[in-house]
Amino acid sequence: MDSLFNLFISAVFVENLALSFFLGMCTFLAISKQVSAAFGLGVAVVFIQTITVPVNHLIYYYLLRDGALAWAGMPSVNLSFLGLICYIGVIAAIVQILEMFLDKHVPALYNALGVYMPLITVNCAILGGTLFMVERDYNFAESVTYGIGTGVGWALAITTLAGIRERLKYSDIPAGLQGLGITFITAGLMSLGFMAFSGIQL
Amino acid sequence: MSRIRRFLDGIEPQFHKGGRFEKYYAVYEMVDTFLYSPPDTTRTAPHVRDGIDLKRMMSYVVVALIPCILWSWFNAGYQANLALAELGVVREDWRGGLLSLFGIGFNPGNPFANLAHGFLLFLPIYLTTLIVGGLWEVLFATVRNHEVNEGFLVTSMLFTLTLPPEMPLWMVALGISFGVVIGKEVFGGTGKNFLNPALTGRAFLYFAYPAEISGDQVWIAVDGFSHATPLGLGETGGMAAIADSGLTWWQAFFGLMPGSLGETSTFAILLGAAFLLYTRIASWRIMLGVLLGVLGTSLLFNLLASEARPMMAMPFHWHLVTGGLAFGLVFMATDPVSASLTNAGRWVFGILIGFMTVLIRSINPAFPEGIMLAILFANLFAPLIDYVVIQMNIRRRERRHVSA
Repeated sequence: MDSLFNLFISAVFVENLALSFFLGMCTFLAISKQVSAAFGLGVAVVFIQTITVPVNHLIYYYLLRDGALAWAGMPSVNLSFLGLICYIGVIAAIVQILEMFLDKHVPALYNALGVYMPLITVNCAILGGTLFMVERDYNFAESVTYGIGTGVGWALAITTLAGIRERLKYSDIPAGLQGLGITFITAGLMSLGFMAFSGIQL
Repeated sequence: MSRIRRFLDGIEPQFHKGGRFEKYYAVYEMVDTFLYSPPDTTRTAPHVRDGIDLKRMMSYVVVALIPCILWSWFNAGYQANLALAELGVVREDWRGGLLSLFGIGFNPGNPFANLAHGFLLFLPIYLTTLIVGGLWEVLFATVRNHEVNEGFLVTSMLFTLTLPPEMPLWMVALGISFGVVIGKEVFGGTGKNFLNPALTGRAFLYFAYPAEISGDQVWIAVDGFSHATPLGLGETGGMAAIADSGLTWWQAFFGLMPGSLGETSTFAILLGAAFLLYTRIASWRIMLGVLLGVLGTSLLFNLLASEARPMMAMPFHWHLVTGGLAFGLVFMATDPVSASLTNAGRWVFGILIGFMTVLIRSINPAFPEGIMLAILFANLFAPLIDYVVIQMNIRRRERRHVSA
């Protein structure tokens, strides 16, 4: 239990996907103009991460990895080369379901997210979470924790960025830097602040 | 006096629109308002009770910093003179030359010698900060047609006071450039930034050149003399190591220990804090919030303390007098621009800083001191904290309206 808690904290803060690995930048920069939309997207990412990472774990563990098919009588089969395509398939399916759900029940958020909702499918933070899970050989409980943790971390980062950008509405940014330029600088400065956690061993 | 006024009035038209030096109005305005208070008055009601403006606020902060600055001269000189006496060497650079020339000497028992020595350590760093940072300020003000703001005077002093006494000057220049340009000017200048510019510059140096701004070698301005700060000792050996070094709490309180220029004396900082609170420039909510955060977190960690993390056992009153906590608490966390703007938000903001400071000091083996990163971290969350406070307020009032 203790180690799961540590994994969660480290996934949220120390190894924040957005601010220490710079994953999921396209949506991170594009949907951070308003706190409400950013928070909604963050919740969506938490939801998707929480489902996809454990599901991909099961697929990897029981179908793809070297010797995984021993239960089917094929101990020498190694399907791990199919990893990427399977993971993306799972992510795409979950995103599709979430999209239909939001369209029906939370149309305001659905409209605010617009084209970026389907684009979560190719959000590298989501795929990154799964790949880290495979790389680090997490077990099922760890992959659930890691999925929630990375999702929460990413949601925290984008909501914070949106808060800063809402305040920056009142700033006087040089013409050449307005829009994406200043957002990149802001994201960089944010990651400077998150350096507070770098080096923590949990 | 009136001659300067007449001269300034005489050249003023050339800086107005269409004048020869139209582009340099910012420079003119800077000199003029630095020497004289601005002539602008309110023309329509309502009238304010007090003529407090940004200029006076910033000047008050400068006044509040005076005890810190004086102490930084004394302590930097005192520590250097002690080290010189211990090693039995003399200073051979230009500082040593000047001090010998005037017959001041290097006796650590002589307060004036310490003060003079420290002043010579402080001055080059401060001048570099002021000139390089000032150039950026004037450049941006000229090109972008805004005023050169007194805020930079405060930033330059704060930045200088957070550096170790023998920081290489080109790094000082680089750090203040980063702080002023990336931390502030790209957002439009004073009041538009979301991070504290002085701390942004220092954090940049901290990660770019860790050897010159952390460790055991840099805190005393004598080559090759190694002496850890109390927090550096605590990181490895806990309170026992601090006690072994012979440092008492009162010494730490008054600041007789190695450290960054302005951070050592909690006493001098408290004098400044009293002034800031009396004039109501700094928010007492933030200060108290930080204190509460430090108190709560350190008490919690004292209970959880283990062999592996000796800093967790550090008691509250030691946290307060070591490292830059007091300095950051009084002068950095209360920066009116980068802190939370709502009263409820200020409490949360302060507590977050206090919590993060003790967390970094105790848990993170990479950094012995945490206040700088804690404040930057809280700066990031300040807008979000305000957002939540405002939304809650809106919701509460909506409910009241519906029920009435």
